[in-house]
Amino acid sequence: MKTNATASPLKITRNRLYTLIALGAFVVLAIVADLFFDAFTLRVFNLCAIYIVLALSLNMLNGFTGLFSLGHAGFMAVGAYVCALLTMSPQLKDMNFFLMPMVPWLRNVTIPFLPAIIIGGLAAAFVGFLIGAPVLRLRDDYLAIATLGFGEIIRVLITNAQPITNGAQGLKGLPRFSTTFTVWIAAALVTLFMVLLMRSSYGRAMKAVRDDELAAEAMGINVFKVKVTSFTVSSFLAGIGGALLGHMITTIDPKMFTFMLTFNILLIVVLGGIGSISGSVIAAVVVTILMEVLRFLDEPLNFIVFKTAAMPGLRMVVFSILLMVVVIYRQRGLMGNKEFSWDMLTGLFVRKGRKGGTNV
Amino acid sequence: MTLSLLLQHIVNALSLGSLYALIAIGYTMVYGILRLINFAHGDVFMLGAYVAFYGITLVSLPWWAALLIAIVLTAMFGIGLERVAYKPLRDSPRISIMISAIGASFLLESLGVLIFGGRPKGVPVPEVLSRVIRIGPVSTVVISLIIPLFTFGLLAVLVYIVNRTKTGMAMRAVSTDIEASRLMAVDVNRIVSFTFGIGSLLAAFGGIMWSFKYPQLNPLMGVMPGLKCFIAAVIGGIGSIGGAVLGGFLLGGIEIMIVAFLPTLSGYRDAFAFVLLIVVLLVKPTGLLGKRQTEKV
Amino acid sequence: MKKAVGFALLAAALAALVLACGPAAPKTVKFGVFEPLTGANAGGGALEVEGIKLANELYPTVKVGDKEYKIELVLADNKSDKVEAANAAQRLVDKDKVNVVLGSWGSSLSMAAGPIVKNAKVSAIGLSCTNPLVTKGNEYYFRVCFIDPFQGTVMANYAVKNLGAKKAVIIREVSNDYSVGLAKFFVDSFKQLTGDENSILAELNYNTGDTDFSAQLTEVKKFKPDVIFAPGNYTESALIIKQAKELGINVPFLGGDTWETPEFIDVGKQAVEGVVFSTFFATEVPITETSKVFLDEYRKKYNKEPAAVTALGFDGYLVARDAIQRAGSLDKDKIREAIAATKDFPGAAGMITLNEDGDAVKSAVIKTIKNGQFTYMATVEP
Repeated sequence: MKTNATASPLKITRNRLYTLIALGAFVVLAIVADLFFDAFTLRVFNLCAIYIVLALSLNMLNGFTGLFSLGHAGFMAVGAYVCALLTMSPQLKDMNFFLMPMVPWLRNVTIPFLPAIIIGGLAAAFVGFLIGAPVLRLRDDYLAIATLGFGEIIRVLITNAQPITNGAQGLKGLPRFSTTFTVWIAAALVTLFMVLLMRSSYGRAMKAVRDDELAAEAMGINVFKVKVTSFTVSSFLAGIGGALLGHMITTIDPKMFTFMLTFNILLIVVLGGIGSISGSVIAAVVVTILMEVLRFLDEPLNFIVFKTAAMPGLRMVVFSILLMVVVIYRQRGLMGNKEFSWDMLTGLFVRKGRKGGTNV
Repeated sequence: MTLSLLLQHIVNALSLGSLYALIAIGYTMVYGILRLINFAHGDVFMLGAYVAFYGITLVSLPWWAALLIAIVLTAMFGIGLERVAYKPLRDSPRISIMISAIGASFLLESLGVLIFGGRPKGVPVPEVLSRVIRIGPVSTVVISLIIPLFTFGLLAVLVYIVNRTKTGMAMRAVSTDIEASRLMAVDVNRIVSFTFGIGSLLAAFGGIMWSFKYPQLNPLMGVMPGLKCFIAAVIGGIGSIGGAVLGGFLLGGIEIMIVAFLPTLSGYRDAFAFVLLIVVLLVKPTGLLGKRQTEKV
Repeated sequence: MKKAVGFALLAAALAALVLACGPAAPKTVKFGVFEPLTGANAGGGALEVEGIKLANELYPTVKVGDKEYKIELVLADNKSDKVEAANAAQRLVDKDKVNVVLGSWGSSLSMAAGPIVKNAKVSAIGLSCTNPLVTKGNEYYFRVCFIDPFQGTVMANYAVKNLGAKKAVIIREVSNDYSVGLAKFFVDSFKQLTGDENSILAELNYNTGDTDFSAQLTEVKKFKPDVIFAPGNYTESALIIKQAKELGINVPFLGGDTWETPEFIDVGKQAVEGVVFSTFFATEVPITETSKVFLDEYRKKYNKEPAAVTALGFDGYLVARDAIQRAGSLDKDKIREAIAATKDFPGAAGMITLNEDGDAVKSAVIKTIKNGQFTYMATVEP
């Protein structure tokens, strides 16, 4: 990972070389994936990228600023809806809004994907700012429950605003803009942004707020401002992630953005290590793939000697247990709050080194 | 609005509010002592209702016997849950224990789907409890009259336990400072287990009452009541038993009156609970009765 | 990324080891069963799967040309969640290489699968997803049920012509696309039939998962309507009707096909006596020979009355099987064409003819509940 390229000045060239090789290998992998993977594998591969964006955005709050937020699905919904409504053509909108005509000022707007997704992110950021300004005065569990509440409120509003959002009917037929390159470029940009942010004075201020609010305040950090900024930026990234997700599945509806979605992202952040960028990235990939690989658990299991009946739901049981085991026995998750570095691999097996190294 | 309609709305509000209050007490007990939002409370609630249901249908117990057995079993389960999921994290950051609670909640829900099946079940409500009572223009069901009695009865009992018994004193001590109470020879583990037992017992009781009033069961039935009652507990001042009851009635009242006076907003009903929560938290972060140390567990 | 891929490979190898899949029969046709087995819609998913499985037991093979193939059901849980639904559908078409997809309960989940089956050119047959959007603009998505606009009209007609209703109140499940859509079509049709723009006195809302409806129902009391139309999930609807009776509201309740599940009566008990709703088929008047077979076998196997969507699951399977036989090939496009050409196919829930949108045009049945049983009232032709 590029994190350490400058962090250890002595090995600067070697580490930078590794990073470049890893990056190059990954770009090749992405191209190979896009060209040769079958659609299912490619979908999971791309979903990994989206979950990287989402996990990083949640980790920014939970891990780096120490704000436990459970309302992420709400911001994703804002991003997804704004972006979708801006990119859909009037004809497509007419097809979707078959129950109630859409408000005309929005019906006729169609803009390209790039500005649309940025506006979607900004809209989510704006909502985050509006919500953050008051609720960030709360602490810990109160904040968690208040953000959970806002996530629900956003969903209820979207459900009821039928002339704008098509309500419970949802939107279908969104143009499929979330291609392999779009999502991975987004994931790379967000990762890079997080790395740079965490090295900047802002990032350090966030960590200071997380570790000790009072001490941070005493050091002259404007704690409230840092919190609101972090919350707003995190909402922006969540909005981007939501928009990417919407344009990948090509259909969205309010029921998609329930607490369940936040839970999935939280799972990734916790498993990867609260406060670790590389942890989130690795966990996003692992969890997304595991979710699919473990699908066999829901089917009848055949242990050669004996067979079990199909047990739909077993997979979720496994995931819940996994989450609890990690929290109880390895609280820091995969990476703790450390970052991946090439130096970390020096003492490890070569095999392990290769494993982690290609995770950009 | 005519007087008879208004009266009916008030009766509805009291009946819903008392049920919220009943469940909120359990939340507040647990939070008061461990500072832990027990996200799994709603799922323990679901479990209690299912156990009672199977007691009535599979084992053909009389409903009151099924109720008692379900409450005891669920209380034991709650104690076990605390041991496994929360106790190892007692000294960890609060975020960890909250994540564990969320995990426990999802685990119970998925297990519910796995064991009880996803399809809802109709509850055989005892005839005595489902009879309709009409007084003039106002009508209600027997169970809706019984629930407030239990709510206030339990309120009295718990306030007595917390304030007048030795265990209660220990509970208050643990709530104030775990380390210090350990030094004062309080068996912290026993007190925490006891509190969790009571909390789960209340959740199970609430779940069974809920299933008698709204006679259907499904593995996710605890999610919404769990959230709403948590909100009620926070509004009232979490940790305060009286506050939980007050919060429950307040939330029930507001939910009903919103629909009564602004029927076009009925679709936003769930959002109002959260709006209320956020407003209360911002105006008075400790909740309405949060400061009153005397009742704090 | 290599780690991820390597890991996936490792896990897949492990999975393959654990699940010695039994002797792989080479001659199989795969039907993907794309249903919510967990999550909020698990109940509905289970009902449809029952029907599909029953059909599979009765008709386990399909003749393609002169070869007899075994039909294998591949279950994929879409977890009542759109992201998962898209993954599950993609998995079915890509990994499991199914020939046909059946499902899903819940229109929004079906919509998530829409673009995937379209891209892969694998035909999908919706069973009970009544939202018009599912098949719109997607020539690979079909369904064996009628759609909401028709159903709304049927009930409005019944309200006005049979009950002589002039004023109605609507109770909608605002977070449920099915309920919102059906309510809208009922309202339009009701206004037209009564010739009165103000014939709908109020539209009250609730959310999925709500249990207390006393406030909404007390409002209904104020309006004194002739009829209440309350389409929605069966548990919520049963609770609404039960609470209405407790409040002394004795206005007839009308609803839609979702009500026809045993749980509706199980939860509502006495209170749901006399409610009227439209649905897909009636057990009393077996419409076709297939209905008889379905009913007999279902009763024998489960010892209870089937739900309407179970019959549709049964039908979806049969339509797919029939189309493959008619196509005489496992070619994707031939299968698609054969399904699209389905005409007067005798399904358990009535004769199925698919129109140009891929929606079934078929009769609706009006039912009531008498003595705790779903009771047939009338058949309405399209």
